[in-house]
Amino acid sequence: MADKVLMKGNEAIAEAAIAAGCRHFFGYPITPQTEVAAYMSKRMPKIGGVYLQGESEVASINMVLGAGAAGVRVMTSTSSPGISLMSEGISYIAGSDVPCLIVNVERGGPGLGGIQPSQSDYFQATKATGHGDFHLLVFAPSTVQETVDLISDAFDLGDKYRMPTMILSDGLLGQMMEPVVLPEAKEPTDSKDWAAKGHQGKRKHNVVNSLYIDPSELERLNRERFQKYEKIKETEQRAEEYLADDAEIILVAFGASSRIAHSAVDMARKQGIKAGLIRPITLWPFPEKFIEKHVGHAKSFLSVEMNMGQMVEDVKLTVKDRKPVRFFGRTGGIVPTPKEVFEQIVKINGGDC
Amino acid sequence: MSDLNILLAGFGGQGILFTGKVMAYAGLMEGKEVSWLPSYGPEMRGGTANCSVCLSDNKIGSPLVTNPDVLVAMNLPSLEKFENDVVPGGIIIVDSSIIDKKVARKDVTTIYIPASEIAENAGIKGAANMVILGKLFKETKFCTPENLDKGLQKTIPARKMDLLDKNRLCIKLGTEN
Repeated sequence: MADKVLMKGNEAIAEAAIAAGCRHFFGYPITPQTEVAAYMSKRMPKIGGVYLQGESEVASINMVLGAGAAGVRVMTSTSSPGISLMSEGISYIAGSDVPCLIVNVERGGPGLGGIQPSQSDYFQATKATGHGDFHLLVFAPSTVQETVDLISDAFDLGDKYRMPTMILSDGLLGQMMEPVVLPEAKEPTDSKDWAAKGHQGKRKHNVVNSLYIDPSELERLNRERFQKYEKIKETEQRAEEYLADDAEIILVAFGASSRIAHSAVDMARKQGIKAGLIRPITLWPFPEKFIEKHVGHAKSFLSVEMNMGQMVEDVKLTVKDRKPVRFFGRTGGIVPTPKEVFEQIVKINGGDC
Repeated sequence: MSDLNILLAGFGGQGILFTGKVMAYAGLMEGKEVSWLPSYGPEMRGGTANCSVCLSDNKIGSPLVTNPDVLVAMNLPSLEKFENDVVPGGIIIVDSSIIDKKVARKDVTTIYIPASEIAENAGIKGAANMVILGKLFKETKFCTPENLDKGLQKTIPARKMDLLDKNRLCIKLGTEN
């Protein structure tokens, strides 16, 4: 096994992408994500890859579309306001069925907001990253190691389903260092038979496009894409359960806030309160199956987020009024403390809220 | 030692983040779960730089240390900002060549060490952080001496390896003063 090294989350994102065979990076710097681009700018030229800083996020995401359409592994990374700028391009990418990896190291919003960690782009990532009917496969790692592991999966599943994928990280996970074991490096491949690239006149040319003037054709394509989404919902849901099997109060939290929720569950258990945690690893598809399993025995659910309450809506849609679903969050770049979350659990346990 | 949450704070350029990284690597060598989290953004420029380090036998929850077991204060604003956050029974290590003020709290162990002066007298200006690290190591024994040294070797970049022995000397001076 390879040695454990200490790496910043952002640097680990870059190194993991390279290990997964990515040789094309287009982006534009923004705090707290800049180390991804900085690392890529150092490494890519040494391994025959492309690092290109576009003149803006809008330019960068369209370069991603171009490279992806040519069939190579390609990625970009940015932070919250940057995703808003990229949203048009992301919609084109989804409409063109082009795989690529988009990394969002979230910061507080709306607007320019702040630069401290946040999870306030959950809605944007899972419901409407751009105009039109589409989804991204969205992964939410909670450690630096998991970030590394999910990047490889995100590239592979993006290729498998021909769709853009997203790693939803945040300033905390991006800036912190933890021990990681990097995966063995894969060689880049570009063996996609649909890709629009040189073919020396040996076959019919491929077209990668998102413009369909005929409504019936566009409807057919959208329906096909949604059949694919249904299959993904069936097979790709991921979550981690922690002490959930006998839990009466089940916390639901992803990414950085799940680490705090985990500590709060431990504090509650020490006081004899039966608390547990479900940590969604895929945000889209939302891991309904993992929640559904526990609706019977749980007395209530508590969604813990670093925003004003976004994922809680998906928890409610899954629980369907069978049990109370509550929310606790901090926003604007404030990271909740385990004690704050624990106090919410105590309050719920006392039944006075 | 079981869990140890450390907050290191001072000016940018004092080697706060570096010190934290040595500790995190030493903890990793020790087989601990570790995390290192820097402050980032505008406060890094001219104000206070700080760094959270967690060493634990268990999975680390929040890597953000809000109530440290050990606070290292290398300038006055840092001491004033974080003094009241230290857990009762915790430790505050103060670079007394930079900070005149005494710690008001009575429920913590306060250690005053003229780290900058010690480093300067040893001819290694700017290595006060390593003197403090030596002191912190002596007080908490957060790892074995061998692993501390391995942590140091892992953290010093290859192009600065000529400074290894000077750093070692400052750590040693910290343990002796």
